[in-house]
Amino acid sequence: MSLVESPERPAATAPRPKAPALRRKHLRQRLRTLGFLSPWLVGFSVFFGYPLLATVYFSFMHYNQIEQPSFVGLRNWKYVFTQMPLFGPALWNTLWLVVVMVALRVVFGLGIGLLVTKIKSGVGFFRTAFYLPYLAPPVAATVAFVFLLNPGTGPVNEILEAVGIPAPGWFNDAAWAKPSLVMLSLWGIGDLMVIFMAALLDVPKEQYEAAELDGAGAWARFRYVTWPSITPIVLFAVVTGVVQTMQYYTQALVAGKLASGVTIGPGTVIQPGYPDHSTLTVPQLVYSLGFQNFNTGAACVLSLVLFVIAMAVTTLLMRKRAGLLPAED
Amino acid sequence: MTTTTLRAGSAPARTGTTDRGPAASRARRKRLLHWIAVHSVAVAAALFFVLPFVFVFLTSVMSDDQAMSGELWPHEWNWSNYATVFSTPGFLDWWRNSLMYAGLGTLFTVCSAIPVAYALAKFRFRGRRTAMLLVISTMMLPPQVIVIPMYLVWAQQLHLSGSLWPLIIPMAFGDAYSIFLLRQFLLTIPQEYIESAKVDGCGEARTLLRIIVPMAKPGIAAVALFQFFYCWNDYFGPQIYAAQNPAAWTLSYGLESFKSAHSVNWNLTMAATLLVMAPVIIVFFFAQKAFVEGVTLTGVKG
Repeated sequence: MSLVESPERPAATAPRPKAPALRRKHLRQRLRTLGFLSPWLVGFSVFFGYPLLATVYFSFMHYNQIEQPSFVGLRNWKYVFTQMPLFGPALWNTLWLVVVMVALRVVFGLGIGLLVTKIKSGVGFFRTAFYLPYLAPPVAATVAFVFLLNPGTGPVNEILEAVGIPAPGWFNDAAWAKPSLVMLSLWGIGDLMVIFMAALLDVPKEQYEAAELDGAGAWARFRYVTWPSITPIVLFAVVTGVVQTMQYYTQALVAGKLASGVTIGPGTVIQPGYPDHSTLTVPQLVYSLGFQNFNTGAACVLSLVLFVIAMAVTTLLMRKRAGLLPAED
Repeated sequence: MTTTTLRAGSAPARTGTTDRGPAASRARRKRLLHWIAVHSVAVAAALFFVLPFVFVFLTSVMSDDQAMSGELWPHEWNWSNYATVFSTPGFLDWWRNSLMYAGLGTLFTVCSAIPVAYALAKFRFRGRRTAMLLVISTMMLPPQVIVIPMYLVWAQQLHLSGSLWPLIIPMAFGDAYSIFLLRQFLLTIPQEYIESAKVDGCGEARTLLRIIVPMAKPGIAAVALFQFFYCWNDYFGPQIYAAQNPAAWTLSYGLESFKSAHSVNWNLTMAATLLVMAPVIIVFFFAQKAFVEGVTLTGVKG
């Protein structure tokens, strides 16, 4: 599909001699708008609206993807919330990651952003070095980190032991698995660094000069000049971070699988979340319920739980605007 | 817009450099200490970001035995590891699939996002704000929320599971993130250009193609890059639709199974890991500006 075909003013040009010129113009404009929006309108209804409604429908059905779905009322909901053994750990892990990962990412990203604006020599090198890991494909980054932190063979523990620090089991230790994931995500901080850097460079220089004249120290300058002008960006980073972490999937899954060392053949169903469900997140549970256990109903209930939380956060974002929607209309 | 200021990492020269008196030399020493402190922190941070790449590379050229030992520097440089990776059955198929998924996906996304973003940025119509809110909401939603019904449709009604088409086709119908990014960019194009095109007798389609698209090239480049990398990096999508058919796997999806197949060979796995990372990093060096611009546009108000 090329641009030329993008539907512009479809049948609107049909002459309507009796209507006033103005009304004809309005109709034409409306059809033109619809024409330009049509790819998204179709996409939104077919690939978003329909599946969302279907998810709600399936959440009240017993359906194993072979037999016909049958109505079971709230049974799936009750099962997920009161009986499903893995729901608790998955929700706990997801919330843990949301809180810790988002907080540390924002702090660390802001720190790196500040650092980059202070560097005088070799800015280009440092900026590229800090940014590149963000581009590494998540699977590749995870494979690399599982290797680097591997207790037996990885270079990191080798180095730690050489300098006499007791090395943890990282991805193989239930207490360290989530912190390891956090480290992996801090490695990919590049996007936040760029956003914060842009925001920091946008703070008017005169305000710093004025503050300096008033005798403000470094901390006071940050607190009273920098911080107020970057709060919208910080809020933006927090909210998008929360939504992204709610979807945390690939890294947790790949890290768990690789660290567990099982060889995955076709048709093998392994319990995700190695070790001891410490890396099991809600999205992984959705996948495992829907595509490995064929419990479509329960999987859809969990999807909706994710949906509600993500929607709540998005609404919060919209209310605060957080720089997403420029002031208009 | 903020992107122009990004270069300004080099701070303006300090004023008042009269090199006289003890006060001046104290100030100079303070500046030097500050320089040293900042750069030491920067070097320490850079080690955290760069060393993983270095270790991965060094391991990728080690012998099988050495890669298990945890040693840091290779005894001998086995470049043949890369050839071994390439000749692993399936590996070249995964390249082809990744390129197809990312290439077609990007093309479809760009073509569908341009008219939609243009309408959202430049047309005034009722429901414009609502439309924008809906775009952003879909952008924010976890893909797991809608994946089950979609999978059932593609697999049971359209019989297309085991291929990447269920991932590629929807991209012809507007990707929320790309629409949003491009719309932010189009907002920065002054309305006057559009008006004068209209005065000159251009219809909307011609205005879009002749005026807007050429002016929006950096924005379009950013959208294309992000979409390309999204597809290249995607793991969840191929896992849903292509898991049963290894011939349809992408590099990102296949990489993990590569480790399982060579369960002891970290050196080969690291070589494969670098090969999966390489295209992304190479493209980055050619298109840094578009990248940074894209990240800033979605993060900072336009």
